[in-house]
Amino acid sequence: MNAQIEKTAAAADEAGKSIPMNMIQSINSGLDVMLGRDPNCLIFGEDVGYFGGVFRATEGLQKKHGLNRCFDAPINECGIIGSAIGMAAYGLRPIVEIQFADYIYPGYDQIVSEAARIRYRSAGDFTVPMTIRTPYGGGIFGGQTHSQSPEALFTHIAGMKTVIPSNPYDAKGLLIAAIESDDPVVIFEPKRLYNGPFDGYPDKPVTPWQKVEGNLVPEGYYTVPLGKARIAREGADCTILAYGTMVHVAIASAEAVGVDAEVVDLRSLAPLDIETIEASVKKTGRCVIVHEATRTSGFGAELSALVQEHCFYHLEAPIERVTGWDTPYPHAFEWEYFPGPKRVGAALKRVMED
Amino acid sequence: MASPRTAPDATLKNSRSLSLRIPEPRFRPGETADFSSMEIPEAGETPRPAVDTAAKDMRELAYGLIRVLGKDGRAVGPWDPKLDVTTLKRGLRNMMLTRAYDDRMYRAQRQGKTSFYMKSTGEEAVAAAAAMVLTREDMCFPTYRQQGLLIARDYPLVEMMNQVYSNGKDPMKGRQLPVMYSSKKDGFFTISGNLGTQLPQAVGWAMASAYKGDDKIAAAWIGDGSTAEGDFHAAMTFASVYRAPVIINIVNNQWAISSFHGMAGGEGATFAARGVGFNLPALRVDGNDFLAVHAATEWAAERARSNLGATVIEHYTYRAEGHSTSDDPSRYRPTDEGKLWPLGDPVERLKQHLIQLGEWSEEQQQSLHADLVEQVRAAGREAEANGTLHAGDRPSVKTMFEDVYEDMDWRLIKQRQELGI
Repeated sequence: MNAQIEKTAAAADEAGKSIPMNMIQSINSGLDVMLGRDPNCLIFGEDVGYFGGVFRATEGLQKKHGLNRCFDAPINECGIIGSAIGMAAYGLRPIVEIQFADYIYPGYDQIVSEAARIRYRSAGDFTVPMTIRTPYGGGIFGGQTHSQSPEALFTHIAGMKTVIPSNPYDAKGLLIAAIESDDPVVIFEPKRLYNGPFDGYPDKPVTPWQKVEGNLVPEGYYTVPLGKARIAREGADCTILAYGTMVHVAIASAEAVGVDAEVVDLRSLAPLDIETIEASVKKTGRCVIVHEATRTSGFGAELSALVQEHCFYHLEAPIERVTGWDTPYPHAFEWEYFPGPKRVGAALKRVMED
Repeated sequence: MASPRTAPDATLKNSRSLSLRIPEPRFRPGETADFSSMEIPEAGETPRPAVDTAAKDMRELAYGLIRVLGKDGRAVGPWDPKLDVTTLKRGLRNMMLTRAYDDRMYRAQRQGKTSFYMKSTGEEAVAAAAAMVLTREDMCFPTYRQQGLLIARDYPLVEMMNQVYSNGKDPMKGRQLPVMYSSKKDGFFTISGNLGTQLPQAVGWAMASAYKGDDKIAAAWIGDGSTAEGDFHAAMTFASVYRAPVIINIVNNQWAISSFHGMAGGEGATFAARGVGFNLPALRVDGNDFLAVHAATEWAAERARSNLGATVIEHYTYRAEGHSTSDDPSRYRPTDEGKLWPLGDPVERLKQHLIQLGEWSEEQQQSLHADLVEQVRAAGREAEANGTLHAGDRPSVKTMFEDVYEDMDWRLIKQRQELGI
């Protein structure tokens, strides 16, 4: 009991003062904290050094921690991820940035065939404590090469962990947990949420995170454990499973159509918090799954199967999926593609009718 | 006065038909290989630059061929590493043991004791010499044809066989295809089986060592065929940009399964020459000359240890046997091609050198060979007692679900239960 209190007090002490931050600032803070705490942490990626990254996530880190702690990489994702694997095998904890998730594919073989399997194939002789950060998702008029949500291509890999935060607090806490994980982790950062929450109404001005009530991020060290979901909105009528940008869209959609939905923010797709999902769906008896990625073989397919396996006798309506269409992300039809409040709301109404 | 130019549309129109070139090796089954036109510099001819020479001042080495052992078995020229007799004998023994081990495991596969095997016959010098230059603290990122690294480091043959048999004592717990060994304590990185992936990893490992101010270096191997992979380009770029303390070995054994070196672009230019464009020093070495490989590796290692960065070494050699037990080279190349290979056999050449020095004899050679075969046989008996792929002990099936992650998650626990264990 006393030990627990002491531990909590110590944790609070390490976390320090909490202040409003946007998601870029909180990620920057997480990287800063880890560079300061662990000399084995280093950051590299395209444009992340002197310039501080195209989204500014590494701004100031090179100046503060030194050239060799945060530096630029050649435009070669295979080389970035491949060399990070070698560094991790040596004993470092490299954190690499892939500038857009859309650019990760040249490094995909290094992730699938190497990073994810090295612990297994060497029977624990070598491990890969590497973290890959990469902005994903649409809503910024990025066209097909700056808008994709490829998370399902990673959850399908045995040995990889896949994490997607939906707010500044989680982004930092999950990042630190990922860096400290002895397994390779890919973090997809919802770039549409970097500056402020996005509820799916593109014409509404963005409310900066700093002005969002309760958005406080500790300046120091803390973690959000990988594999623990968060109830983003409590509700009784229907469960919405979401992550990243879609958490905010889900909440706004439920409120718009007046359905008392419980929104589960998964936070981590692998490992997945099945207990929280199961408890929520059993409570509400209904389930809508939303993601921005294309539908076929998307992570929603896995979630739908799991809900069916775990909660079939509690379901009062068929499970619905609201997703991006099975097309590339079109530049001019962004908002027809994006699974916004209109489509999520319609799905909620359908499941409530059954 | 020159006439005015006609409209661009007209001048750019090509009146000839284009044709697609598909490279073909010079000799196919039924033909006799003829290497008489191959340009082979004499032993001792290639100069040895100082270790701190700028890459741009030694480009000709990428097109030459470092050779130490001449036809008469003498060691000559500036690259002679001047090894003592004990080291020479040790090198000979390491290559012969590798060959004896390969022969036994090849037969074991043919007897159905395992699924697959890959020999390194004819190119044993590449791994044996490197293992004797690098320390155990340095990290080797091998392909599946550098088993000689482990053997030279006295890694137990029984352990290697346990791996090949996926038996109850397999250090890899039955997870890896035969020959995909791993031994961190011996500086031997887990072999992938995917081609070329280890190269950028080796560069990253070397960067990490430099980042930490450590004194260790890395070495990686890749085949001529796999230099076509993007990973090769990635590794060369990173090695050059960050001046990583790594040795990039290209083992040009002429064949990638059935594709000849020309299919990786090796006809008109050497593989070593690829280093030139990256401003990396590049050495092209007679890969069947133990002394040349030793000397080149020493040069590159010293350069890396002096914080001068990476070196590319092309080992010019010949894959004397099939790609693997699943391959039949008689279907795509002349059967006598290996015998006609003008750079000979690495074991024979080092033997000849020792005999020429007056330190060795054919009798000693035969006696050592018999000893090594017996060593391998004894190890084989011990390993087979631990089980083979389809008989005897195998790793606990329970372990199949371990080491996917640091901690087993609920999915794996559930799936293990589903399997009933």
